[in-house]
Amino acid sequence: MSTPPLLTIEGLTKAYPGVVANDHVSFTIGEGEVHALLGENGAGKSTLVKMIYGLVKPDSGRMTLRGASYKPAEPRQARADGIAMVFQHFSLFDALNVAENIALGMENPPALRDLAARIREVSEAYGLPLDPFRTVGDLSAGERQRVEIIRCLLQDPKLLIMDEPTSVLTPQEVEILFETLKKLKSEGTSILYISHKLEEIRALCDHATILRLGKNVGECVPRDTSARDMAELMVGTALKTPERGAREFGDVALDISGLSVPAPSAFGTTLKNVHLAVRRGEILGIGGVAGNGQDELLAVMSGEVTCARDAVKFDGKPIGHMGPTARRALGVLTAPEERLGHAAAPDMSLTENALLTGSVREGLENNGFLKWGATKTFAEKIIKAFDVRTPGPENAARSLSGGNLQKFVIGREVLQRPEVLVVNQPTWGVDAAAAAAIRQALLDLAANGAAVICISQDLDELMEISDNFAALNEGRLSAPRPTAELTVDEIGLMMGGAHGMEVAHV
Amino acid sequence: MIRLEKRPQPSRAWSMATPLVAVLATMVMGGLLFATLGKNPVEAIRTIFWEPLFGEFAFYYRPQLLVKGAPLVLIAIGLSLGFRAGIWNIGAEGQYIIGALTGAGVGLAFYPMESWIIFPLMVLAGAFGGWAWAMIPAVLKTRFGTNEILVSLMLVYVAEQLLASMSLGLMKNPEGFGFPGSRNLQQYDSAHNAELIAGTGMHWGVVAALIAVIFSYVLLNRHMLGYHIRLTGEAPRAAKFAGVKPARLILFCLGASGALAGLAGMFEVSGPSGQVSIDFNVGYGFTAIIVAFLGRLHPVGILLAGALMALTYIGGDIAQGNLGLPSAAIQVFQGMLLFFLLALDLLTNYRIAIGKPEVA
Repeated sequence: MSTPPLLTIEGLTKAYPGVVANDHVSFTIGEGEVHALLGENGAGKSTLVKMIYGLVKPDSGRMTLRGASYKPAEPRQARADGIAMVFQHFSLFDALNVAENIALGMENPPALRDLAARIREVSEAYGLPLDPFRTVGDLSAGERQRVEIIRCLLQDPKLLIMDEPTSVLTPQEVEILFETLKKLKSEGTSILYISHKLEEIRALCDHATILRLGKNVGECVPRDTSARDMAELMVGTALKTPERGAREFGDVALDISGLSVPAPSAFGTTLKNVHLAVRRGEILGIGGVAGNGQDELLAVMSGEVTCARDAVKFDGKPIGHMGPTARRALGVLTAPEERLGHAAAPDMSLTENALLTGSVREGLENNGFLKWGATKTFAEKIIKAFDVRTPGPENAARSLSGGNLQKFVIGREVLQRPEVLVVNQPTWGVDAAAAAAIRQALLDLAANGAAVICISQDLDELMEISDNFAALNEGRLSAPRPTAELTVDEIGLMMGGAHGMEVAHV
Repeated sequence: MIRLEKRPQPSRAWSMATPLVAVLATMVMGGLLFATLGKNPVEAIRTIFWEPLFGEFAFYYRPQLLVKGAPLVLIAIGLSLGFRAGIWNIGAEGQYIIGALTGAGVGLAFYPMESWIIFPLMVLAGAFGGWAWAMIPAVLKTRFGTNEILVSLMLVYVAEQLLASMSLGLMKNPEGFGFPGSRNLQQYDSAHNAELIAGTGMHWGVVAALIAVIFSYVLLNRHMLGYHIRLTGEAPRAAKFAGVKPARLILFCLGASGALAGLAGMFEVSGPSGQVSIDFNVGYGFTAIIVAFLGRLHPVGILLAGALMALTYIGGDIAQGNLGLPSAAIQVFQGMLLFFLLALDLLTNYRIAIGKPEVA
């Protein structure tokens, strides 16, 4: 790129107690350039963009925007200087409509009617169809992201920062997004694109900066670099791919037939006529965009939501009416997506959290009296076997990082020798090495004759470990198909395509 | 600039220290309050905290400490179980009244028969009365999703009407010259909750309170049910995932707190108070809520908090009598104690940092 630089970053450093999040990071973003920021979880990508967006103040280093020194004290100032950001987690109010949500984020919102007109204008110009008067609670994740993007585009930004934008999208929605980003680029807007999905970066970005443990470890032109090379730069060592040994499928272990469950809340999803069977030794992958019934499906299998006796069967026996404790006694174990507050109690120690699901199968109680000694041993076993980084089992669950707690939560179930294990988003927010370990543990479980259901939004993960693939779309589960025969396009269509939206016409 | 920073995990040291700091802060601020009222603050604080324990008339006040502290601890222990699980029984006062009525009712029904079995039957009846009264909000909540705070509170006023009706009607002393109020159970040996050792204030209610403290400690720390109670309070969704049945927990927590409040009422009516009368209840059921929180919902903490609360009550009475402090000032003083405790509670989970904020 021969354009003059838009933003130059030199030697940015930011240290938190105990960890240096960014250590002398430097790079340059040109005008109209799509620049990728690549790195594992915890590599310091988020801290870096927060400094650019004025949320975090750097300890040292300089930023230069179009030749002038740039020191944003707060996001408002960053926005005034033409920098906009789309966060990974949306900050939208479910009960308000699109225009109201966008007005809430503005300094001086115009009248709602004028704003709606502008939203329509921008959404059409960039191929992001969106009705300003729809309630956000009814929108898909992809549509919610459009709200966030349009909110940014209304400010006419020079630099658009996108934090892991595709993690919640179907392949078709990703394509729409890429069309939009390419159009923005052609108009001269620069984009800082954060991701760890290498193929996306190769398809979209002009330049990539790779971070590892807070340091700038390399730069490359993604188009000319192989995904494997970039991954190894990112991780720092050669990657170990989980091994899937040859497995024999046994009898059907868990069988769900004709299951319909009404939505638990106004913004929940109703499960509609779900059929599913998983055999011993099989890993069934369930894909789908977030909010299409994943939580509800897990609740039905864990026993948190009970249903008709015959709707859920384990080894042919009806268990639909049983609660979580009875199901655990049989060997049907689950690990929910939400770690804090659902899979674990934040303020309780790891020992107490080990007891949460382990009491039945690990024999941690005696006539209702708790065996704290045995529970602590069990917690220590999980910490050791799954390499959970913590000073000890007496620490509160909330003191662990997300990835470490995830290892603990998955380890807790895996070590209880499940007959059936259902996991939802097992590697969400976990670094690549730990994710590989978790996937390997799931594969080993299946090899030893357990039936595994893996609900995930990470298609690469499902392609890597699952034998059969089904997709959830608005509470309906597609018929499972062998993963090996599927193409990405077919998976996208199973996931519900692009929710009836057209691909942008540019 | 001063900011609050969330601690990675709750500080144990602060969780132990805040009650002491709160008491000290209350003494300082209370002293200022008394000073502005024109009283000698040192004298007032000394009267409240020192006089009942070591003063000239301590031989009279010390037993009073047990008499006042026991019902507070007994009720607060029951309430703390529910509070830990996020189940708010505000109506212990009503359960206390009903327990006294059913307990005294059984005793009066046997009058004038003398038998060792009467007092144990009264204990059972008292516990049952309180339990049954608490089951009303419990069943309404589990069946129809009503708010237990409102229902249990409203039932206090129903219970007060029942108390008035009983002391004027069914339970009125036939030999009482038409005065309202029942026979005096202190004069009916089989039904009298007498002092176990004369002159100490030690009666069966004190024993029951101590047993409740031990029982609650074991339940919360060593038993699955106690674990489920704590889990439900900290993370309701995780509790559901662990297999806790919320309805069962509601019935247990409200039932247990009702039964203990009923017991407290029964021991009071058959002992220190002696008779069912219109003004029998003096607010133990409400003060116990403060005691439960002052004791950080921990059994041993509640024991200490109950003693402290009884001390401020008795000391407050003395200060009113000796120094002429208005009773409102004493109530403000007690209110300060809870205020400081709850305010300082923040330090368990947060620390104060001085400097400019860097991370949003």
